Amino acid sequence: MSTRMVTFTLDGHLYGVDVEAVQEVLRGQTRTRIPLSPVTLAGLINLRGQVLSAIDLRALLDLPDRDGDTEPMLVVIRVAGEPVALMVDTIGSVVDVDDDQFEPPPDTLVGVSRDLLLGAYKLEGELLLALDVDRAVAA
Amino acid sequence: MEEIDEIVQEFLVESHENLDQLDRDLVALEREPGSRDLLGSIFRTIHTIKGTSGFLAFGNLESVTHVGENLLARLRDGKQSMTPQTTDVLLAMVDKVRELLAVIEDCGTEGDIDVTEVVERITAVLEGNAAPTPIAELLPEPEAAVEVEAEVAAEPVPTPTPTATAVEATEEVSSTRRNVAESSIRVDVELLDTLMRLVGELVLTRNQIVRQAGDQDDLDLTRSAQRLNLIATELQEGVMKTRMQPIDHLWSKLPRVVRDLGAACGKSVTLAMVGRETELDRSLLESVKDPLTHLVRNAVDHGLEDPAGRIAAGKPAEGVLTLRAYHEGGQVVVEVCDDGAGIDADRIAEKALASGLRTTAQLAQMSPADILQLIFLPGFSTAQSVTNVSGRGVGMDVVKTNIEAIGGTIEVESVVGRGTTCRLRIPLTLAIVPALTVECAGDRYAIPQVSLLELVALDADRAATAVEDVNGASVYRLRGALLPLVRLTDVLGVESDRSDGHVLIAVLQAEGKRFGLVIDRVLSTEEIVVKPLTSRLKSLGTYSGATILGDGRVALILDVQALARRALTAEALERGAAGTAAEETKTSREHLRMLVAGIGGGRRVAIPLSSVTRLENIAASTVEVVGSREVVQYRGAILPLLRLDRHLGAISERAGDDLVVVVYSAGARSVAIVVDEIIDIVDEESEVHSDIDDHGLVGSTLIRDRIVEVLDVRAAILAADPKFYSDSDVEIDLRDELQEAV
Repeated sequence: MSTRMVTFTLDGHLYGVDVEAVQEVLRGQTRTRIPLSPVTLAGLINLRGQVLSAIDLRALLDLPDRDGDTEPMLVVIRVAGEPVALMVDTIGSVVDVDDDQFEPPPDTLVGVSRDLLLGAYKLEGELLLALDVDRAVAA
Repeated sequence: MEEIDEIVQEFLVESHENLDQLDRDLVALEREPGSRDLLGSIFRTIHTIKGTSGFLAFGNLESVTHVGENLLARLRDGKQSMTPQTTDVLLAMVDKVRELLAVIEDCGTEGDIDVTEVVERITAVLEGNAAPTPIAELLPEPEAAVEVEAEVAAEPVPTPTPTATAVEATEEVSSTRRNVAESSIRVDVELLDTLMRLVGELVLTRNQIVRQAGDQDDLDLTRSAQRLNLIATELQEGVMKTRMQPIDHLWSKLPRVVRDLGAACGKSVTLAMVGRETELDRSLLESVKDPLTHLVRNAVDHGLEDPAGRIAAGKPAEGVLTLRAYHEGGQVVVEVCDDGAGIDADRIAEKALASGLRTTAQLAQMSPADILQLIFLPGFSTAQSVTNVSGRGVGMDVVKTNIEAIGGTIEVESVVGRGTTCRLRIPLTLAIVPALTVECAGDRYAIPQVSLLELVALDADRAATAVEDVNGASVYRLRGALLPLVRLTDVLGVESDRSDGHVLIAVLQAEGKRFGLVIDRVLSTEEIVVKPLTSRLKSLGTYSGATILGDGRVALILDVQALARRALTAEALERGAAGTAAEETKTSREHLRMLVAGIGGGRRVAIPLSSVTRLENIAASTVEVVGSREVVQYRGAILPLLRLDRHLGAISERAGDDLVVVVYSAGARSVAIVVDEIIDIVDEESEVHSDIDDHGLVGSTLIRDRIVEVLDVRAAILAADPKFYSDSDVEIDLRDELQEAV
């Protein structure tokens, strides 16, 4: 069995979400910030007349903040029928991964990312970290 | 077959409406037994159903309505008079008809509903030998009572055989309904919802086009954009109206509910309804239906006492249940009030304690009003006994959940021995609302117009004196009353980017109280399409939704009610509402410089310098009299003149050809206050004052060891120009500000 995943990077690491969940990929969206909201919410965007929340995955995964001048990309995913935008550094590609390459997170992984990662696919030369989109959106 | 289905469908829809009308009429008839109008209306309704059911070959339905019609005909013609029994059998007939219609709707045939019992009972009443029937049996019977009746089950599905009689029947049927039928059509609700969505998108696009057209110098484009603007607005209003329905649609079912329930509980109840015509969006109407019915049932079952109990309590035997609906502050308020025994907060507290929902310590800190709200907790019930109506400990929490699901609130008020009121507040969450867009720290926000009272713009000079504080809480004097100020930047925890000292205040009304929201800039007013927020963002208690502005960017809609609750303590609101004169003089004295003037007889009067725009000497000969007032021409305008000595009961000692005038202006209006001499301008720091509350003064103070009276400027100005404050200066400033913004 293999799974098709859309990959993206965050702070130099490779992450992926199931291609089934992905609706589209965007760039250059003006975001409206939401004062008082949790830092993981990067703002609201207008996607063809629909208002979407943008989730800052770096903040969510406790990674350092992005440089001011790099423009983030948005991966629009659908969770329970509702679109949500995930803010990432760069978009990778669509890859097929074998299920036997998969391993659950190591026991040494603690903190928020343990809940948000399904596990890792052992690709050649690097690991593809599979994001649990349901939890990422709910967090 | 298609065709007959359609006819049956239409018949069902029509009949259901007719039955609702019938319920209302029958209950009303019980109150006014002799009413020919009501009897006539009931007769026609039943006759219509009978006629159509005959035509469609629903035999059982026809036989029930046939005997019913006979009974009604006798009543209408005065051959028989109304008794409670007659009403009972007629209601039983309506129930049976409804049951039959439900089966027809399900399977297209009459199924195996037994009608003989009802027919017999009606016949018995017709023949005048009805045996009294216990009320319980009259309540809608469950399907279990159904007996198999081979004849009916075997009845074939009717085929369209338009015979002469059938045509006659339909003609007769339609003749009674022609008026409605010719002027209205039925529309699928889903279609309306789709239209509403589309109109929402159209409004957004309209906003974008209007904005872009404004940026260009193309006259034709501007004209077309304006036209589009108008049409879109009208279209939107029209579509919105199609979705509005009076709350009477819900209420019309309640008289029957109350009657049956009253009978079942052995209580006699009058139902009063106020504000039937109050309209709300149909989607909301639907969501309110069950909670409202539940509250009404609760009120009859628990709220009202039985007749004996009421008489013992010195009340009329008949209980009164009042339903009230009205619009308030952009919300629809629906109240269910009974004049029953009320809810005892102590008993609620005991019960909450006993069922472990609250601890003694928690209860001790709660006010009686808060304790009452505990009835909305899951698993709470205080009914002495569990009846089949209510008292199973489910209900009030479900009501609350349902109301909150549509963004509404529910509260209960009660006075022991006097009655209980449940109040629902339902938002008018119509998809499109007029709003004011404002800017704060570079971000744009929308404020729904319903909460907005007015806008106040202060330039840096005026802001420096007009925005004062009461022990650290900012206030602004709005036409003499203190308005508590809330800075949006503080609420949102952001930095303002306005550094020129200008202050813009949106005067808002929330929960019956006023406050001023200080914002950076006012942008414009526009119709916005409300997009819902995720529950997580809603729970921030700051935003009620989001919208997309003309340039395609997202703006958050401020939740004014929640802002008021968050930012204002109860005391701040009180202060804002009360704003006493003493407090005002105190604050003004701490901050303001005073102009000290003599008015004769050695008296000195202090006038806050902020009230003064100019000091002038004018020739006494320029004073003219208009009516009973003195005026003077000054810089091309006519100023009303106020002689302060006369106003304060002193005698001027000044002799000469000229007058010393203090000019006070606000916006376009000015008055001239005549004094004897200008003595000094002082920094007023003294705390010493006595409350001599003489006419026209707010007190007195010691300045340089002399007693100086402090002028009540507002009263003085009103004496000169009663209209001075009626058209506010601030609106003029605002217009400039808006023009600047556009």
